[in-house]
Amino acid sequence: MVTNITNLGRSGLSDWLIQRVSAVVLAVYTLFLVAYLLFHPNLDYATWSGLFAHTWVRIFSLLAFISMAAHAWVGLWTVSTDYLKHTAVRFGFQVVVIFAIFVFLVWGVQVLWGA
Amino acid sequence: MSDLQVSIYRYNPETDSAPYMQEFQIDTQGRDLMVLNILAMVKEQDSSLAYRRSCREGVCGSDGMNMNGKNGLACITSLSEVVKDNKLVLRPLPGLPVMRDLVVDMGLFYKQYERMQPYLQNDTTAPAIERLQSPEERDKLDGLYECILCACCSTSCPSFWWNPDKFVGPAGLLQAYRFLADSRDTATQARLAELEDPFSLFRCRGIMNCVAVCPKGLNPTRAIGKIREMLLSNAT
Repeated sequence: MVTNITNLGRSGLSDWLIQRVSAVVLAVYTLFLVAYLLFHPNLDYATWSGLFAHTWVRIFSLLAFISMAAHAWVGLWTVSTDYLKHTAVRFGFQVVVIFAIFVFLVWGVQVLWGA
Repeated sequence: MSDLQVSIYRYNPETDSAPYMQEFQIDTQGRDLMVLNILAMVKEQDSSLAYRRSCREGVCGSDGMNMNGKNGLACITSLSEVVKDNKLVLRPLPGLPVMRDLVVDMGLFYKQYERMQPYLQNDTTAPAIERLQSPEERDKLDGLYECILCACCSTSCPSFWWNPDKFVGPAGLLQAYRFLADSRDTATQARLAELEDPFSLFRCRGIMNCVAVCPKGLNPTRAIGKIREMLLSNAT
């Protein structure tokens, strides 16, 4: 029996599912942003700000941020358990990654709803 | 035609402080021999060379090794398949501890195989004669039961290199699915529970090195995908 306590979902199955679902969300969000930028070649602040004034864009963006956070946690946790063999180094890396993800997520919420 | 240049990984822990590559010249007389034949000819030049072999026809799985960078069975790999620029480089299977020359310690590989409980488990009362299977149910075991445990797949898998104590590896997972897919086995839930953590099965990243090297042409990646489907339908 293999046990783990620092991965996101506590189970390989849930981590795997989270990784796949968040990848789809991120792909759709990326396509949306790229398409928007292509259709607005002379983008100015007012137009860009106007886009994020829509509640659905904010919800979509937050969904993408949360997906990014989960995706990064699962992915970097996997990288750390593959390549960092020293327990203190590995755990230290995981703490830094989780802390950074938390900061970026809260910052993202502030950007979306703060302005 | 010039002699075949054979470069072989040598290491005797009793006399060598570090492994080294030893060069041999082998006259094949233009024949397309199997790599195992070449090893026998090298052994005539230097009888201290150690390697495993038994059936010499791809059934026993003893002579798995790394030939010009690719794992395979020396007895059924011809020179024309692997030799480039008249040079043949032979190394032990990667990722497992070397005991001597081309002989590796397969302990971790067998430990993961054993963890999959590779035998039929059935808690119902045994019938008088035998447990019957329909031809369709039997067909599901094709492509699974043929594995000879040569370890070519698991030792070509980076996930197994990094975590051989936790990741079961393609060979073990192929056998796990062989019993999950067997209509006569009733330990399905216990087998799935053993594979649900982030390492045992899910460390597979699907790069398919196992499929590329399997000397029996089996597909562990597909078996791993099937187990994942079983786990998912069980848990959602």
